[in-house]
Amino acid sequence: MSTVLSLAITTTLVLYAAALGIAMLRLFRGPSAQDRVLAMDFVYVVGMLVMLVLAIRYDSEMYFEGALLMVLFGFVGSVALAKFLLRGEVI
Amino acid sequence: MSALPALSELVVAVLLVASGLVVLVAALGLWRLPDFFLRMHAPALASTLAAWIVSFASIVHFSTRGAGLALHVWLIIIVLSITAPITTIVLARAALFRRRQAGDPLPPPLQRR
Repeated sequence: MSTVLSLAITTTLVLYAAALGIAMLRLFRGPSAQDRVLAMDFVYVVGMLVMLVLAIRYDSEMYFEGALLMVLFGFVGSVALAKFLLRGEVI
Repeated sequence: MSALPALSELVVAVLLVASGLVVLVAALGLWRLPDFFLRMHAPALASTLAAWIVSFASIVHFSTRGAGLALHVWLIIIVLSITAPITTIVLARAALFRRRQAGDPLPPPLQRR
């Protein structure tokens, strides 16, 4: 791995961390419940991107399964929370 | 073999930094936009454009390093492009329902022209 790529990966992870911090601010301070659900969905997506970047960083394809599982669990969690906001029960 | 790995690493580096900037823009939109229905637009940037860019970077990296074309990261894009609109529309309907229940001001209805 060259210096350029490792520097770019570090920069990308720092930018992701800043985005995650801003999203956590929205998650804790969000005026309504749907704001918090939206911020949590965003945090799930950015976590999936972090997994893909780490796959490039450590040159391992094992992170791919983790990223796929994060997409699926993020979808299930967000839809379940949104259905809960809609009716007061999940199903 | 001499010039190709350096070029591919340069492409991967540029794509990764671009995705980081896109995700930061999405997070700033999530923080700065004034209303919930405006705020819903921002995370779509992360789940479409940034995910596409990172998957392109991953495909380029693993295709030039390993044996053959590594297209399995495409599966994440397919799953994400199926699930993200469902999440968005269910959440938007929930927010609309809750605002009607609370009596808060709603966005104007769509005009048919």
